[in-house]
Amino acid sequence: MTTKFGRRAFLAGVAASALPIPAIAQAAPVRIGLLTIKTGSLAEGGIQMEQGILTFLKERNNTLAGRKVDFISADTGGSPAGAKTKAQELIERDKVDVILGPLAAFELLAISDYIAQQKTPMLSLAAAEDMTQRKPNPYFLRASATSAQAMQPLADYAAKEMKAKTAVLIAEDFAFGYEQMGGFQRVFEDAGGKVLKKIWAPLGTADNTPFIAQIGQCDVVCQGFSGSAPVKFMKQYADLGLKTPVIGGETAGDDALMKSFGDEAIGMINACPYTLDLQNDANKRFVADFTKDYGNVPGFYAAGLYVNGLVVEAGLQKVNGDTSDKEAFVKALRAVQLTDTPRGPIKFDDHGNVIGNIYIRRIEKQNGKLANKTVKTYENVSQFWTYDEKTFLAQPVYSRDYPPLKS
Amino acid sequence: MSLWLVLTVNSIAFGGLLFLLSAGFSLIFGLMRIPNLMHGSFFMLGAYFGASFVMWWGVEFWLAAIIAAVLVALLGGMLERFVLRRLAGQEQAQVLLTLGVSFMIADLCLMAWSGDPISVEAPASLQGVARLGGLIFPTYRIAIILLALVIAVALWALIDGTRLGAMIRAGVDDPQMARICGIRVSYLFTTVFCLGAGLAGFAGMIGSPILSIYPGLDSDMLPLALVVVILGGTGSLLGSLIGSFVVGFLYNFGQALLPELAYFVLFLPMVLILVMRPQGLFGRRAP
Amino acid sequence: MKRLPWALALLVLAAVPLWAGGSFYVNIVSQILIAAIFALGLDILVGYAGLISLGHAGLFGVAAYTVAILLEHGFSHSIAILAALGMSLATTMLFAVLALRTTGIGFIMITLALGQLLWGLGYRWIDLTHGDNGVSGRARPLPFGFSLDSADHFYYATLSIFLVVIAGVAIMTGSPFGASLRGTRDQPRRMTALGFDVWTIRFIACVMSGMCSGIAGILFFYYNEFISPHALALSASAEVLLMVIAGGSGTLLGPVAGAALVVIMKSVMSAYIERWNFTLGAIFVLIVLFMPEGLVPGSRRFARFLWAATKARRGAAPARSGG
Repeated sequence: MTTKFGRRAFLAGVAASALPIPAIAQAAPVRIGLLTIKTGSLAEGGIQMEQGILTFLKERNNTLAGRKVDFISADTGGSPAGAKTKAQELIERDKVDVILGPLAAFELLAISDYIAQQKTPMLSLAAAEDMTQRKPNPYFLRASATSAQAMQPLADYAAKEMKAKTAVLIAEDFAFGYEQMGGFQRVFEDAGGKVLKKIWAPLGTADNTPFIAQIGQCDVVCQGFSGSAPVKFMKQYADLGLKTPVIGGETAGDDALMKSFGDEAIGMINACPYTLDLQNDANKRFVADFTKDYGNVPGFYAAGLYVNGLVVEAGLQKVNGDTSDKEAFVKALRAVQLTDTPRGPIKFDDHGNVIGNIYIRRIEKQNGKLANKTVKTYENVSQFWTYDEKTFLAQPVYSRDYPPLKS
Repeated sequence: MSLWLVLTVNSIAFGGLLFLLSAGFSLIFGLMRIPNLMHGSFFMLGAYFGASFVMWWGVEFWLAAIIAAVLVALLGGMLERFVLRRLAGQEQAQVLLTLGVSFMIADLCLMAWSGDPISVEAPASLQGVARLGGLIFPTYRIAIILLALVIAVALWALIDGTRLGAMIRAGVDDPQMARICGIRVSYLFTTVFCLGAGLAGFAGMIGSPILSIYPGLDSDMLPLALVVVILGGTGSLLGSLIGSFVVGFLYNFGQALLPELAYFVLFLPMVLILVMRPQGLFGRRAP
Repeated sequence: MKRLPWALALLVLAAVPLWAGGSFYVNIVSQILIAAIFALGLDILVGYAGLISLGHAGLFGVAAYTVAILLEHGFSHSIAILAALGMSLATTMLFAVLALRTTGIGFIMITLALGQLLWGLGYRWIDLTHGDNGVSGRARPLPFGFSLDSADHFYYATLSIFLVVIAGVAIMTGSPFGASLRGTRDQPRRMTALGFDVWTIRFIACVMSGMCSGIAGILFFYYNEFISPHALALSASAEVLLMVIAGGSGTLLGPVAGAALVVIMKSVMSAYIERWNFTLGAIFVLIVLFMPEGLVPGSRRFARFLWAATKARRGAAPARSGG
């Protein structure tokens, strides 16, 4: 319906502008590629990513900025080599204009150089800090969060609102775990708290009990488990009879996991860039459409891709649908500022990372089911929290041993 | 609760679970010399089946576990009877088949149950903690320890006390002689494979209140079963029992005491033991 | 005339950039060749020595990481590659000394454990390997000034190395050493009785196998310009083993066919078949059911069966033969 008008409008715009672009190119569909994981243990997040973007495209009737959308989904299989192959497939064979995804940080790092070489804009949920800090990629945008972006306000909440003085941190023994906990530790310690221990559980551990057993006495336990691990963590935590309140990051309390948790999760505080109970138009529409099509509530992964869709649409509108100038398209994407998205208002900083709200939620039982209830909203949170950007970047990236334990 | 007590209880409980998982593998390999790389998949499938009975049809926990075990045993039996039997002695084909089937089962589970983790509650009577002499024990884990011991005793009675057990022992020691003595070795093989698969499926359901059920459970558990069987020696029930507890203790105390070496805590001892005693702690030297 | 199929195959391979249909597909063929080198190496142990290894991804990964880390610290390509080959040799010899204490399932388990130890090192030795973030490489080598940046050029480099490796394996298996290796697989006790040093023969086979894995690892790193611990996971070792068995162990082309099967399913067919993992598993099961010796020997057997059947039909109706 809007297609004809849109086409005429921007053909007119093309004629008016000085750019000598053949009219035929504009009528071609815009090609959006998705790198996701649909097999293996990370498939849960990957499937939701696809569902999120499909919901968005369906709402928009598969048309963005007057151009039809050609959507191509690629399964990387959860390996960096697979991500590289699929990225090559999307860029060299399918000639996509923009790539959404990949899911995991190790996949992103494997293709970052290639994406920059091919000058293809990419919007990913992968949380690797340095992608928008010390090793930035001009073609990369992240509308979700860095690993620490939600943990830093969480630490603030723990120190100031929960009045916690001591904390024990526990996460999986890989970069995402280190970066989450690093961010938490820095802000918690700067607010006067003390981190007693950092415990790392190797990947692929079925039973986390030996690690949970080491937690000991403290005011609050901060966990950063991801994927399906938060469910068994809370179970095993409760089995040990531990009573210390648990707080977690964006993956620990994901709305989509609520149906898998048992009652032991009630009371967990978690920080996330997205919250199911955000009462704005965009989120209401998104949640309604998603639940209708898939029978489940959306979580962080689905919402993240939906928001990516919004960003791509806004970027396309800025360039009047012309994606042939890749540098201009990326610039337009990074200049996007939106107020009505399922996660609230967003804009991007100079490194391509989002500045947006972080929601602190508490898991409660509503109508017999578990759900997150937002208890506090931190607005305009950037990846640097309240720190000066230069100082932040001058320090090493959060890792297993950084920041070092003061005790 | 003191750290050491928690770790000890968990070591024994985890060891018990591993015994249920690996006893089957040990018997299958000891008798039929089949490296059954589908064993982790049987574990996961049993968990998914059992959880489905509980969630969708409100079946009681233990009953669901038994039905799940029977279903997995049937699947195992069919695979043995119609496919594995044709590959007798062809180790490489057996590896290809068992790995291929494990891919199929993993993907089928993803299709049927989606990627979301499933959490199963322990039966209500066993939830929470028990207090004994001022110490706190998670009740369900104690139940697993008792269950594993009961099943271990039952298996031992089967192997040492019944004719079937005698036939199994004969088959493990010398399959050709066993045939000459008139033992229907092919029926024996199918029976043992069903038993092994069923035990694994049962273990999966029993373990699910602790481990939950998620894609990747099969590949998390299979290496553990292999380590147990190698440490304990194949074909030896006592070996599986001891091996399970050794792995349980290594897993818990190793991770807690040597966090820097958490990734190596299982495989380093395994390499050391294999290098010094390739047949495992209780196995016999391969002919 | 026996050489004709080989010559044709060579021609087809040499012309890949012309008929493959774009840089993406040329890259796929490069990936197949790299996987084939890896599988050929493993086949030396699995097919000719009768020793199944589930830890070869560790050997593959050690070479890749050595190149990656040395390049990152500023060493030249030549030094990095030589060092990687050296590391591969050293690691393989260590593996072999430990693993050859036993055969059969013991060998499988020790190699599995050793592979897992290397995988764990990749994750934990963060100062060296950056953990699961992996190590990136920004440049490919310039052999004799020839740039390998384009898909076509890299393909030719890979093809040359592949041809050298497969020729080497062919020569080895046809040689007296190859015969004695097969002897140790089929009749180890008789071989010992005849005075052969079975352990040393197996050790040499391990070393050759490990070096091939190392070469594949180096190519893999340069192809992806990235290495991370995922390449050393148990699933990677299982995958290359599947390639060897499915393709046909103990044959020259079997590992190549198996590599092609897996790479094509994973990287190309996954775009068209959503449940490609299931399909791949099903293909393996079908291979086991109908061609348990593997694709290549099974196809030969099938081809011979067809040939014999057509000959029989012609023989049964002599009046119809045109002469």
